[in-house]
Amino acid sequence: MKEFIRIENLFYKYDQSDDSDNYALRGVDLTIYGGEFVAVVGHNGCGKSTLAKHMNSLYLPTTGDVYIDGIDTHDDERLFEIRKKVGLVLQNPDNQIVVGVVEEDVAFGCENLGMPPDVIRQRVDKALQAVNMYEYRKHSPEKLSGGQKQRVAIAGIIAMEPECIVLDEPTAMLDPQGREEVMNTIKQLNKELGITIVLITHFMEEAVCADRVVMMDEGKIFMTGTPKEVFSQVELLKQHRLDVPQATELIYKLKGCGYELPDGVLDEEECVQALLGLFDQNL
Amino acid sequence: MVREITLGQYLPGNSFIHRLDARSKIILIFAYIIFIFMCRNFISLLVMSLFSILVILITKIGFVKYLKSLKAILIVIILTGIMNIFFGSGDILWQWWIIKITEGGLINAAFVVIRISMLMMISSVLTYTTSPTDLTDALERLLKPLAYFHVRVHEIAMMMTIALRFIPVLIDETDKIMNAQKSRGADLENGNLIRRIKSLIPVLIPLFVSAFRRAGDLATAMECRCYNVVGKRTRMRVMHFSMTDLIALISCLVVFSSVIVLNIFFPSVI
Repeated sequence: MKEFIRIENLFYKYDQSDDSDNYALRGVDLTIYGGEFVAVVGHNGCGKSTLAKHMNSLYLPTTGDVYIDGIDTHDDERLFEIRKKVGLVLQNPDNQIVVGVVEEDVAFGCENLGMPPDVIRQRVDKALQAVNMYEYRKHSPEKLSGGQKQRVAIAGIIAMEPECIVLDEPTAMLDPQGREEVMNTIKQLNKELGITIVLITHFMEEAVCADRVVMMDEGKIFMTGTPKEVFSQVELLKQHRLDVPQATELIYKLKGCGYELPDGVLDEEECVQALLGLFDQNL
Repeated sequence: MVREITLGQYLPGNSFIHRLDARSKIILIFAYIIFIFMCRNFISLLVMSLFSILVILITKIGFVKYLKSLKAILIVIILTGIMNIFFGSGDILWQWWIIKITEGGLINAAFVVIRISMLMMISSVLTYTTSPTDLTDALERLLKPLAYFHVRVHEIAMMMTIALRFIPVLIDETDKIMNAQKSRGADLENGNLIRRIKSLIPVLIPLFVSAFRRAGDLATAMECRCYNVVGKRTRMRVMHFSMTDLIALISCLVVFSSVIVLNIFFPSVI
């Protein structure tokens, strides 16, 4: 796998003139490979959003380096090149839709890049189909649900054909149905179009879908691994005031009561299997 | 309560008028307004009125909608009409003390009332049949020559686009904040004018704060999508002058020139 994003010893503080030790990020090292689906998890204020904004040059490191496909984000000349490669989707869908017609909003990025009209048309149609919003192309965004709006925002990024999409808590403001729509779209983009996904979230159930989970606390990464590896470290997560998926929690508590159960149970299905196994043993 | 404010009055449809290029609509309606003020006798005024009624019928939007648009400026129409009745010259028809009604005054009043009504209705044709985004788009393209005089047409159009996009969002937000303040016991509806204005402050401050926060987010989102003012921007939508526009242009030319002809061949009454 090709290295896509490389972050080396990244320190960042918001107020550069502040001499104190007020760093939002304190020495982050992270490599994200092409085609990967990475979830970055941590509670509020752990620096995960700040990290996301480093991935397309919105923020520049105070010290340390960020390379996107080999390009240093400090390089002003290649700013648009970086932003074409890495798209960023924000939390509130209402605040990132610029134009009052769905398809024209999706076209916004391509229009900024000065593409010819027929190319933009093609890309917009393709992007809207990719997020299943093609039939709403003439609608105005305020008539759509939260999940639909967020998918339009994602389409606006896809139309620019990025290699990687960074999503900063894209489901935090959505209802359960909208959350599911958006999550399905993200998984589909990763599987079918091979787009690298970096999903910033505080929902553990969402992190389970990723290939790799990065756990953050106080501006540092304290653990990375597959969801199975990460969520079997229930105690370590609790120390960092983080939750685990409900199924994992249940199994963990049962084990605490002395039952023989496997580690790394992530969803209801596996939980049911584990419990059935327990019954079989006892019979 | 706030939700009732609608922005623009676009009524989607697929009539001949809906399909016209927004630029042609703006230009032709502008020309119509000039010509309705050039009418000097009742025959040309009748031709122009019938023409606008015909246009209204073609839009396939109920006539009632247009009458409603008139209702908004009813007071203006009535006042200017009455003013004109009393301040005219010519034969005196009725007099009481210093108030007199003249023939010229009556004719003037009739002209003013018909002109303003037609102006309002034909402008409604534009706003009813053109979506706000089309309208700003067309304005941007029409005003492009002004860029030579260092008018920042694109930036102005972008501001209009963003305003159109965010007005419903902010109206929604106002509604929420008002409800939040009401649930804390704020009284927004009673009291005299000054008190009511004062009671709006706790609504406006949170609204402004949130608007600025949204603006920050929007700027980030626009940056992420490579928005920049210096680079060359293209547009997905190509506006072109079609057969429909040509037909509209020709029929307008016929009607407008008939006004000139009628003005020449019939005596002016105004």
